[in-house]
Amino acid sequence: MSDGTLEAFPVEDGPPDHADRPLPGGRTDTYRHPPLVRINHWLNVTAVVVLLMSGANILLAHPHLYWGVRSTFADPWLSIPTIPDWLLIPQGRNLAEARTWHFFFAWVFVINGLIYLAYGFASKRFGRRLWPTTDELKGTWASVKEHARFHFPKDEEARTYNVIQKLTYVTIILVVLPMMLITGLSMSPGFNAVGGFLLDIMGGRQSARTLHFLSAGLIMGFIVVHVFLVFWTGFLNNMRAMITGWFVLEPSDHTKGDAA
Amino acid sequence: MSGTPMNRRSWLGRVLATAGVMALAGCQRASDAGANLLVSAEALTRRAQRLLIPREALAPEYDVSEISPDFKPNGSISPAAADYVALRDAGFADYRLEVGGLVERPLSLSLAELRARPSRTQITKHDCVEGWTAIGQWTGVRLETLLDEAGLKPEARYIVFHCFDALTQTEDGPRYYESIDLVDARHPQTLLAYDMNREVLGVPHGAPLRLRVERQLGYKQAKYIRRIEAVERFDDIEGGHGGYWPDRGYAWYAGI
Repeated sequence: MSDGTLEAFPVEDGPPDHADRPLPGGRTDTYRHPPLVRINHWLNVTAVVVLLMSGANILLAHPHLYWGVRSTFADPWLSIPTIPDWLLIPQGRNLAEARTWHFFFAWVFVINGLIYLAYGFASKRFGRRLWPTTDELKGTWASVKEHARFHFPKDEEARTYNVIQKLTYVTIILVVLPMMLITGLSMSPGFNAVGGFLLDIMGGRQSARTLHFLSAGLIMGFIVVHVFLVFWTGFLNNMRAMITGWFVLEPSDHTKGDAA
Repeated sequence: MSGTPMNRRSWLGRVLATAGVMALAGCQRASDAGANLLVSAEALTRRAQRLLIPREALAPEYDVSEISPDFKPNGSISPAAADYVALRDAGFADYRLEVGGLVERPLSLSLAELRARPSRTQITKHDCVEGWTAIGQWTGVRLETLLDEAGLKPEARYIVFHCFDALTQTEDGPRYYESIDLVDARHPQTLLAYDMNREVLGVPHGAPLRLRVERQLGYKQAKYIRRIEAVERFDDIEGGHGGYWPDRGYAWYAGI
């Protein structure tokens, strides 16, 4: 598996991408995530969770959402009744402190994200691991049907991300997470002085606030499905891969849940 | 660089051990350090905005048709302080704006004198820190006009606005105050507004004079201004954080 093409990209720390080592019982230990990606992932987990929880606290200061330039106090399109304390940072309503948490972790999120993107593109890892090929895209519908039956790729097929994973990750990384940043910046009266065009594209400050909220909803939806699938497809193996970089591929003949 | 897994493992062990010792040694000190670290991002935000946004870049201005029919008055809406009530009951005829502190020529101006100076009118959005937005039209004198007239001394770095109102709505509560730096103070859209939506500024919105500093959040738009003071530092004023709300945990720089 460690053929010559792998030496084309620099991997300074740890084994090269796709390095394999045999395990007893025909299982294969394959190296998936270089250290930087693992650090990026866990920093992002921390930042996004704190951002969502402190963001919820900020939202509660005025839990009404509007479309357009300004608030039409008499008719918000959505009013959030309440959010339980345990989902808030800090615990209990505190707008001043929630903003402090939110903006600190916004910086962590942005700097971490920029490092991830720079590394992903410079090492060509992003294109290799995440960008779906035309052939893969043609198989999207078949893959959707397989997933709907809770059949997930196993063994050698699990070596690389499948087309649904690729599409989801690319959308989250290149669309939804940047959307959080752009809509967030558009709520800044300081930034509006240079980013007024962004505000216009979104249809005004209250639309930007609504889109910030909806994007946060998409991220929460992603987290729920992502964490569910981490458990469903082998919690320990997945966690080990995200902590050490090494992921175990089961051989085909021992694959679980293959009765169908 | 960090080589073998064994090296990495022992490094991780050291990190965990250090964290454990730190937690035992002083939770309070660690949590103070954590709080300071969190707050440090505010300075980073201010520097980034000052770096990326030109001094003169204007906040967006809006069309008359977009003015809020229901501009929500916020904070104090009817100051109870006796000095204010007396002025208000006399239609602000005796009101004088004091401009002092680190200036060459302190000013004391009546409303008529303020209105006699060049004015600016702008339709801008008011973004409350809570999240809502209202749009209003403001007319007033540019703060820079008064600062130039008074002549700032070279050591002046901040402008402090001392107000009549106490948010406790009591006679003797801590009076509202705010401060901005000279970049915001000299900004073309920074006004001492005496008219709102083509009418004389009403009491709920800060009569007779309020600040509009349009690249900042609502709590920086001080209402009921009594006195303006140019200072070199504000850590010796009230709670030392440069404003009523900053003294209560909110960021001094509120451009985000």
